[in-house]
Amino acid sequence: MTAPTYDLGKLHGGLRLPAHKSDATAQPIRDVPLPPQLILPITQHVGDPAQPVVGIGNRVLKGQLLAEPDGTVGAPIHASSSGKIIAIEPWPVARRLGDNGPCIIIECDGDDLAVEHEGLTADYLSLQPADLLLQILDGGIVGLGGAVFPTAQKLMQARTCDIDFLILNGVECEPYISCDDMLMRERAAEILSGAQILMHAMQIDICYVVVESDKPEALNSLGGALGELDDDRLILKQVPTIFPSGGEDQLVQLVTNREVPSGGLPTDVGCLVQNVGTAAAVHDWVINHEPLISRVTTVSGDGIANPMNVRARIGTPVADVVEFTGGYAERPEHLIIGGPMTGRSVSTDRVPLVKATNSILVVHRTSFQGRELACIRCGDCASVCPVQLQPQQLFWYACADDEEKLREFGLTDCIECGCCDLVCPSHIPLTADFRIAKGRIQELADEKARAERARQRFEARNERLEREKKDRDAELARQKASAKQAGPEAIAEILKRKQQESEDD
Amino acid sequence: MEFERRESPYWSARVAVPSLMLQVLAALVPAAIAHVWFFGPGFIFNLLVASIFAVGGEALIMYLRKRPPEVALTDYSALVTAALLTFALPSLTPWWVTATGALFAVVVAKHLYGGLGFNLFNPAMAGYVVILVAFPMHLNLWIAPRIGDIDYQFLTILQTLKFTLTGSLPEALGFDAVSRPTPLDVMKSGLNGLRTVSEIRANPIMGDFGGRGWEWIGNFLALGGFWLLIKKIIRWHIPVGVGIGVLLPAGIMYLIEPGTNPSPGFHLFGGATILCAFFIATDPVSAATSPKGRLIFGVGIGLLIYCIRTWGSYADGVAFAVLIMNMAVPVIDSMTRPHIVGHGKTGGAS
Repeated sequence: MTAPTYDLGKLHGGLRLPAHKSDATAQPIRDVPLPPQLILPITQHVGDPAQPVVGIGNRVLKGQLLAEPDGTVGAPIHASSSGKIIAIEPWPVARRLGDNGPCIIIECDGDDLAVEHEGLTADYLSLQPADLLLQILDGGIVGLGGAVFPTAQKLMQARTCDIDFLILNGVECEPYISCDDMLMRERAAEILSGAQILMHAMQIDICYVVVESDKPEALNSLGGALGELDDDRLILKQVPTIFPSGGEDQLVQLVTNREVPSGGLPTDVGCLVQNVGTAAAVHDWVINHEPLISRVTTVSGDGIANPMNVRARIGTPVADVVEFTGGYAERPEHLIIGGPMTGRSVSTDRVPLVKATNSILVVHRTSFQGRELACIRCGDCASVCPVQLQPQQLFWYACADDEEKLREFGLTDCIECGCCDLVCPSHIPLTADFRIAKGRIQELADEKARAERARQRFEARNERLEREKKDRDAELARQKASAKQAGPEAIAEILKRKQQESEDD
Repeated sequence: MEFERRESPYWSARVAVPSLMLQVLAALVPAAIAHVWFFGPGFIFNLLVASIFAVGGEALIMYLRKRPPEVALTDYSALVTAALLTFALPSLTPWWVTATGALFAVVVAKHLYGGLGFNLFNPAMAGYVVILVAFPMHLNLWIAPRIGDIDYQFLTILQTLKFTLTGSLPEALGFDAVSRPTPLDVMKSGLNGLRTVSEIRANPIMGDFGGRGWEWIGNFLALGGFWLLIKKIIRWHIPVGVGIGVLLPAGIMYLIEPGTNPSPGFHLFGGATILCAFFIATDPVSAATSPKGRLIFGVGIGLLIYCIRTWGSYADGVAFAVLIMNMAVPVIDSMTRPHIVGHGKTGGAS
């Protein structure tokens, strides 16, 4: 099956990386059994933490609401299985900031009894788009490509823009990760159904389903499902396999030749991007009324004995997932949640699998080591940067801590894809350096804002003091003037009073 | 189970600076062999002297800068500098001349600016210009190439070694007996003497395009250069730029007045143009950094080479052209910044 590759925009740079996917795609997706405990962080999405609505000791059913969004951006969290809440406490999680996050811990009873969701209809076409959006909001669905932005809110934001295309992102460009590939192979119909639901909710008439050329099985199965569906609003597109074309902005550029403005969103150029896994989750919620309580994840890497894709309940500890696949191989030295390019290295396998976990990667230490040397300005980094930055210049200014130049050379546009790192012959950890520099710029901006507020307060105080002083001076002057005016009579009166007093004695 | 943490990405480059430098050295080997074939074993002695002083100088300055010397020594960049300097030298060069150039290149041009990655000027060319200005006599001692019917006096290995160490020739031989003006010198003095190009080219030292022997070295340098291009160690922009910069004015002038202007082929093969295009101007540290910038950088060098050869007082102008364009790099870089995606199509220069 070959899908059309015409009409593609051009992505600057990028890398053709060794895929390392065939190990994990050799067998179908397997289900991880229920673990004894489920650990559900209350922050599994971009935005504010969800607020628990259950207490310790409560019994909960599968699919029951555990925590709901509080604030502008957030997604609800549901119980992945039935059991008893035994704790709500900090637990190791895979996040960049801090090692522990508050989690709701469920001791599973093994019955896996599901809660009845009332008032839901599978006949979504009968719903108004706005009502359908509200329904999607309750499903706890977030972007499953890794960004975990709450899907319903992304859709609501997009409703405020003119959207031309829904782009279904089946471009899984990071090495090792194959969970979307497997999902497309096994659940193509559900993915397309999810796309149709999203199109109805958004009233969009064109949906591009975009898949990389190195996934013939996924293309085949999507093609077959499309044929059965006979919906000409859905168009399958094939793109070349180049990292990082699966990034949202990069995919938009590739598929529509539109450039997402710096600091903007794909919706600014009329595109709404959703991961194929998200579309399947939307289908599961709207049609089958199952909220997002499980996901497919790839377990792979040199440190994994038997790489495969598994479907596991959200909250399953990574250790249990790995054990199910057959445990660690020799020298499991680094545990990475996510892909080898942009994933997060964590220190323990006690971390739970969360909505964002598209991959559990265990690798040897030696797979990536090299001594850092001086930058020779070879420019290889600039030639692979998908945003067309000049990492060699950014590195220079990051070393010099030159905030102004860093901004001017677009540090904040860096998507941290890691391409520059990979080609650097001097083995400079550019991405990590840029991450630090970004943090510092943010800090400086915060500090500036704080200083600005302090300055305003100080000026306001000075003004107030000045005003008070003026008022006091004016009062004094008034008193003086009145004393002056009333001068001779007042003195005479005082003298008179004194005289009287002495007479009284 | 506990794991070691690390920052993403979790892969690193398959290439490393030391291997890049070694491949540059490897690409120079065929031309070096040709050099020894045509101009005798002096090249090897010069290379040894240059390497010893470049590497020794680097170790010393790293020690003085309180940096671990092995870091600089194992990137092989000093050896590349030494090799490039050696290609610029006549095969008969006394050791102190070579040593001065190598030391200046590594100590002053490279490390006093901060070491590898921070030098504004191409170290080899900076070193070469210093000795060119300080010892002009010694850099004129090109011997005739060992080819065809050219009347050449070939020195034995021992005689060459003795010259390298002492700067004196065997008593029976004077400088006039062994040295010959280079093709560029012949061309320059011929044109200054109001002779036509075709008359000058009748000199047996002249080959098909440039000078005999020199042409072959040029061919082998180009071979090495193409190999570096294929291996993606250098990119095409600078070599093409230098080519355009030299050939365009040379071609135009040759078409207008072939009697007094040597052909573009002569400019390409007559001096160090090919060495410059593939090996000298492509030093990434002192070159412009964006593709467009590199093209401009290359064209600038090419034009300057042509101008210095044609109107300057030096026969060849590669070293000066490279150093002058090194100075222009910050301006070129700031004028050729690529457009950052998401900043509108017209972004870039500011």
